[in-house]
Amino acid sequence: MDKILRINMGPDGEPTSKTEPVGDYAGLGGRGMTSAIVAKEVPPTCHPLGEDSKLVIAPGLLGGTTGAMSGRSSVGCKSPLTGGIKEANSGGQPAQMLGRLGYAALVLEGRPKDDTLYTIRISADGVEIKTATALKMKGNYDTVENLKNEYGDKVSCISIGQAGEMKLIASTVAFTDMEQRPARHAARGGVGAVMGAKGVKAIVIDDTGASMRSPKDPEKFKAANRAFVDGLKKHPVTGQGLPAYGTNVLTNVVNEAGAYPTYNFKTGRFDGASAISGETQAETITARGGKATHGCHRGCVIRCSGIWHDKDGHYLTKQPEYETVWSHGGNCGINDLDAIAMLDRLDDDYGVDTIEMGATIGVAMEAGLLEFGDAEGAINLVKEVGKGTPLGRILGSGAAVTGKAFGIERVPVVKNQAMPAYDPRAVQGIGVTYATSTMGADHTAGYAVTANLLGVGGNVDPLTPEGQVELSRNLQYATAAIDATGMCLFVAFAVLDQPETFQAMIDMINSFHGLELTGDDVTALGKKITKMERDFNTAAGFNKTDDRLPDYFRKEALAPHNVTFMVSDDDLDTVFSDL
Amino acid sequence: MKIDVFLYATLSKYLPEGSTNRSTVVNLPEGACVRDIIEELGVPEKSVKLIFINGSHARMETSLFENDRVGLFPPVGGG
Ligand code: SF4
Repeated sequence: MDKILRINMGPDGEPTSKTEPVGDYAGLGGRGMTSAIVAKEVPPTCHPLGEDSKLVIAPGLLGGTTGAMSGRSSVGCKSPLTGGIKEANSGGQPAQMLGRLGYAALVLEGRPKDDTLYTIRISADGVEIKTATALKMKGNYDTVENLKNEYGDKVSCISIGQAGEMKLIASTVAFTDMEQRPARHAARGGVGAVMGAKGVKAIVIDDTGASMRSPKDPEKFKAANRAFVDGLKKHPVTGQGLPAYGTNVLTNVVNEAGAYPTYNFKTGRFDGASAISGETQAETITARGGKATHGCHRGCVIRCSGIWHDKDGHYLTKQPEYETVWSHGGNCGINDLDAIAMLDRLDDDYGVDTIEMGATIGVAMEAGLLEFGDAEGAINLVKEVGKGTPLGRILGSGAAVTGKAFGIERVPVVKNQAMPAYDPRAVQGIGVTYATSTMGADHTAGYAVTANLLGVGGNVDPLTPEGQVELSRNLQYATAAIDATGMCLFVAFAVLDQPETFQAMIDMINSFHGLELTGDDVTALGKKITKMERDFNTAAGFNKTDDRLPDYFRKEALAPHNVTFMVSDDDLDTVFSDL
Repeated sequence: MKIDVFLYATLSKYLPEGSTNRSTVVNLPEGACVRDIIEELGVPEKSVKLIFINGSHARMETSLFENDRVGLFPPVGGG
């Protein structure tokens, strides 16, 4: 991975590509790479859909190696949703293939002269850019089907659906999984709109003839990888809980804890939780002949995902994740797993963020557009997005825009990005992350749910403000570093609890790259990435008032605990005071 | 006193036959604690990682009161 591919979509005639040495960006990967390129090359005040914006796609430091869990791709840009820097990452096959072909990053630049759509094919023979008129306004599933027919069943694809083409700011970039289905998404922050603005419908990656990247010290790498895999298998969350039930095992946990945002964040418990829980989901999947345990890319040993079949036993979508089941389920008062799976499928096909769409429909329900619990109405609203009707365009622009359009106060967003599936009043540590993350409300950026609810990586009382700032800060730095490795964040459950598994992860990076990093260096890397991102956001116009939750979280108490968000503004302002 | 007990994920198998909604009602003498529930239901103590009483974290020795809602989980995570 010593080269960067730059594709300029702007020149007269047709797009041009050039491959250059990685240069100043050597040693970076994943979020470290995307944020470094965006921070250095994208003017913070530019329009995210304009000429000066760029879309960066990067495998992690271990992408394309035999290392377990290393298949995440990071997508970075200036976000059209938040107006700040964005890194959204996804599983799927493309990261491994890009890594093997030697690309540390792929950068889309410039402004197309007209609305011609293109596909880009990257292989060992080089880069081929073709017009893609036939794919116009096709969903991700149709798009990938067409690409499979043209390029064969060995390639992987990165694509946008209708939402990205329409430059809707809740749109995603889709990544194909092992079965060549566009079911994995870099979902948050409207990254699909930036790809759409560059006129790129799809990137096809063919790694035929490319080999695995080889470590500097193969013996050590192999041993470290083995120790890492053993650690993941041994930990009850990564070894048993996630494979058996998927992430949706959290429905019952968060609901039991009274922290499950229900009816657009009005209350913390949902009566229908059991019907949409991970336990029920796994039983249903098995009964219908789907798969309850499935990896989103080769090399995943946790395999938190699954395959969802409809009532007739046919593939509909991947097993909807906890965040999706919550956003389209409990948050909207919907307790029907089939409806939720349909919403997941539609979201993936149009290419919209499931968290943002569920939160948006919750806001629309609050506005009286439809009743809470109206599953069919929710499906119809998402279809409006796919059709690009005026209502669909409002909804496809996310919860903040929809709340404004319908005059609603209770809109659960930070920096215009919708909150995920934990109410910050009953999980105050995640509230600190929502408020202060460079990404807008994002649970993955500093997953304080671990120590707040799950008893992983320590215990911090979720209902009081004490200890939350420190918890969130440490997790935000650790996460930025993990996001740079290209590893799936779920390794954190084992890494936080088992020092030897953390060491094995560092040993993998060291033996692969010939480095001698320590645990402290990993934290330093996380800090460095966070600082770049904070500086970008400041230059883009953000200040401390942007690091706040909406007012009503301090005023309206959440049942059953009757708590408000109590971490003070002064304390929120200390989260990054050490940067 | 009556206690509402919810057993989730792999712990569901310790619910009495015919239980619905992953829950059952356990009758215990005044002064009982969480450990008495799992002894009553035959749940091995080491398989229980998270204990919630009325939505708040609790321990094996935490005392129970009439109509408490108790939720028990093995180690779980997601995100
Ligand atoms: S644990 Fe889940 S999200 Fe992570 S790499 Fe495996 S299947 Fe993908």
